[in-house]
Amino acid sequence: MAILETQELTYTYSQGSPFEKTAVDHVNLKIEEGEMVGVMGHTGSGKSTLIQHFNGLLKPTSGKVLLEGRDIWENKDKIRDVRFQVGLVFQYPEYQIFEETVYKDIAFGPKNMGLDEAEIKRRVLETAHDIGLKEELLDRSPFELSGGQKRRVAIAGVMAMEPKVLILDEPTAGLDPAGRDKIISHIKTYHERTKNTILIVSHSMEDIAGFADKILVMSKAKLFCYDDTKKVFARSEEISEIGLDVPQITKVFMELKKQGLDFGKEVYTVGYAKDLLIRQLKEREVR
Amino acid sequence: MLKDITIGQYFPGDSIIHRLDPRFKIIITFIYILMLFTGSNILCLTVGAVYTVMAILLSRIPCKMFVKSVRPLLPFLIITALLNLFLVDSGDTYFHWKFLKITEEGVNISVFMIIRIVLLIMGSSLLTYTTSPITLTDAIERLLSPLKKLKFPVHELAMMMSIALRFIPTLIEETDKIMSAQKARGAEIDSGSFMTRARNMISILVPLFISSFRRADELATAMECRCYNGGEGRTRLRQLKSSARDYIALAVTIIFYIAAIVVAHILK
Repeated sequence: MAILETQELTYTYSQGSPFEKTAVDHVNLKIEEGEMVGVMGHTGSGKSTLIQHFNGLLKPTSGKVLLEGRDIWENKDKIRDVRFQVGLVFQYPEYQIFEETVYKDIAFGPKNMGLDEAEIKRRVLETAHDIGLKEELLDRSPFELSGGQKRRVAIAGVMAMEPKVLILDEPTAGLDPAGRDKIISHIKTYHERTKNTILIVSHSMEDIAGFADKILVMSKAKLFCYDDTKKVFARSEEISEIGLDVPQITKVFMELKKQGLDFGKEVYTVGYAKDLLIRQLKEREVR
Repeated sequence: MLKDITIGQYFPGDSIIHRLDPRFKIIITFIYILMLFTGSNILCLTVGAVYTVMAILLSRIPCKMFVKSVRPLLPFLIITALLNLFLVDSGDTYFHWKFLKITEEGVNISVFMIIRIVLLIMGSSLLTYTTSPITLTDAIERLLSPLKKLKFPVHELAMMMSIALRFIPTLIEETDKIMSAQKARGAEIDSGSFMTRARNMISILVPLFISSFRRADELATAMECRCYNGGEGRTRLRQLKSSARDYIALAVTIIFYIAAIVVAHILK
């Protein structure tokens, strides 16, 4: 059974007014447990609206969102429990920090869940470790930290709720390349420990190609495709057509193909490209 | 909830009211308020009502918007009406129960007060609906400029007002975003007991304050980078010009005001 499923999910902003706009249009998808999914789409493609349905911040205009096979809107009063099971980290999450110490801020979510002190402490320490925050930082004020550290505190705040599904909206936006790699690798650490489902929204194909098992592409409010990373990148040309950027290395190989040098495979990471090239060159030498 | 705020909302348009010189519009609004407070009989208020309806029709802004502008002040209106209804004690008694007493004069005054306040809100909403915040503050700056001689910081005040108005929508959007983020962390904001809700407000207010200070700081730097140093020697992109139309509008308003005074005196 899929952990998260949508059935004909549709959402229309300001229905009935002249500003009416359908942001998500009849989307059907199934996300299996434990997967690492990359979510891509142009600005205004509906990806942010889509992910806000997964934890019930938005209520579908029509259609359903199923969490472990159950409609999340079945019982309106239980919607808060859904939010504990599906954690959502917004864009620039460091702006939601408010507590006096890092520890307290990370503990805010777990506290709202009504957990006991010992369990809260375990979760805070574990997630702080996963996200790479040193223990001595926990007693500091979050406002003294650097931008990247603040971002990690905010992400830890949601991770500490140990949601079955963790959704991150552009977790690396506005960070330098080093900070970007750091956050991605920490998210991977968390994924390895908990084996929970993770969805990451990103503009950067480069980033997504490096970690995602599957890729979900939204275009003009519709689901463009949802498939294994390899299969999605096999459609690189179509993806370029809807205005998304494919990784640079894929572009190079697309161009090589046009020039008549076809490797017969889709290339989307530099490491893979290197191996492929070395192998090809060796074969030629042998010949 | 937050989207219902209509204060300072501007509806772009090209009606006669929209095109009036904002300085005149402010003066006219003041005369209008005086007109509503001239007499305390219903006929006198009718003059004001006729004037309001006329102005609203000329502005071509949907009447629905004016009804909406009154809505936030509804509780205030109800309290005023109830106080007047029960506390005014003169004329025939309609109803008497223990200390509660409704008299003829009480009914008259409470109806009168409701109409007066509604007209007041509608008239002043008309000003903000038809004038963009920027032109409005420009006009205030010009109208207050004589105070400059008394070393009153007129330009600074106007600049502060335009910045404040400019950031209302930004802050509303920001609040919405922070609220969603905290809800995602399980904060009870629209559910739960009063105490938990109040405590959870902190999780919204702190980030909101911090981001406002940050924004103010960034804006100040950005303004300094462009060599902003106050009003001295500053020229404007939009020069305010008055025309015959503005004087006519002013004249019509004054005529209505005089009519209200006359009615008030005749019926005394």
